[in-house]
Amino acid sequence: MNCKDAVQQITGYLDGNMDDELKRMLEVHLKCCHHCQVVFDTTKKTVELYCDGKLFPLPGSVRSRLHDALRAKWEASSR
Amino acid sequence: MANSPETGLVKDESVLVTEAKAGSYEAFEELVNRYEKKIYRLGLNLTGNAEDAEDMLQETFLKAFEHLPNFREDSRFYTWIVRIAINQGLMKLRKRRSSKEVQIEDASNDDGEVIPRDFADWRPNPEQEMERTELENILQTAARSLPMTFRTVFFLRDVEGLSTEETAEMLNLSEGAVKARLFRARLRLREELSKILKRG
Repeated sequence: MNCKDAVQQITGYLDGNMDDELKRMLEVHLKCCHHCQVVFDTTKKTVELYCDGKLFPLPGSVRSRLHDALRAKWEASSR
Repeated sequence: MANSPETGLVKDESVLVTEAKAGSYEAFEELVNRYEKKIYRLGLNLTGNAEDAEDMLQETFLKAFEHLPNFREDSRFYTWIVRIAINQGLMKLRKRRSSKEVQIEDASNDDGEVIPRDFADWRPNPEQEMERTELENILQTAARSLPMTFRTVFFLRDVEGLSTEETAEMLNLSEGAVKARLFRARLRLREELSKILKRG
C-alpha cells in the first residue's frame, strides 16, 4: 500500500469500518510511514477536539433568555 | 434532569415527547435541557459567531415547540431538532451570503483531490495547554475556512453523531456525497489546524 492509497482509507479507519485484510495492510503501512502516521493521528485528534464537550459552553445568560422566551411562548399558547 | 420518582432513572426521550405533546411544559423543558448545549455549539460552529448561534438556538426551540404536535416520531427527537437547527442556520448564512467569509457552495473544490501537505507532529494535548477561548477561536477559524457544505457534513456526522444516511437525507445529498465531503472536510480541517497546533 502506498501513501495515496493509505490516506484514502482514513474515513473507514477512523469510523472502524474496514475489512480485516485492508486494515492489516494499512497498519503495516502506518508502522513504516511516519508521515501517514502523523496524518492519521492528527486527523483523529481534529475530530476529538471538535467533539470536546468542555469547549463552546452555553453561557448562562444565553440559556436564561432561551428559557424565558420558551416560557413566554408556552404561557401565550395556553391562554 | 427529570427523573422518574419510582426508579430514579432518566426518562426515555420518547416518553418526554409524548408528555410534551400532551401539554407538559416540564417535559418539553427537559428535552430542551438535554440538547440546548449541543444546538448552541452547532450554531457556533456553523455560523461562526455567538450572536447568530444564540438566534439559531432560540429559533430552533421556539419552532420545535410550535411544531411539536406535527412531529411524527419517525426519527429521533434529536435528529428532528438538528434538522430545524440546520435550516435556521443555513437561512442565517444565506442572509449573509454577500459576506466574503461565507461560502455556501464551493463546487470547484468538491471533486478536487485532497493531499495532506503538513506532516509535523502536533503538540500532545492542546486542550490542556491552551486557554479554552484561544483553542475555540482556532477551531472556529479553521471551520470557517471550509465551504458550508463540507462544514455541515463534518459537524452533523462527526460532532452531532448523525449517521451517513441521516446526514444525506437532511442535506438532500447522496450517501456517497456525504462520505466524500466528510473525507475532504476532515483532511482540510486537519491541515488548517496543523498550521497552528504543530510543535515548535
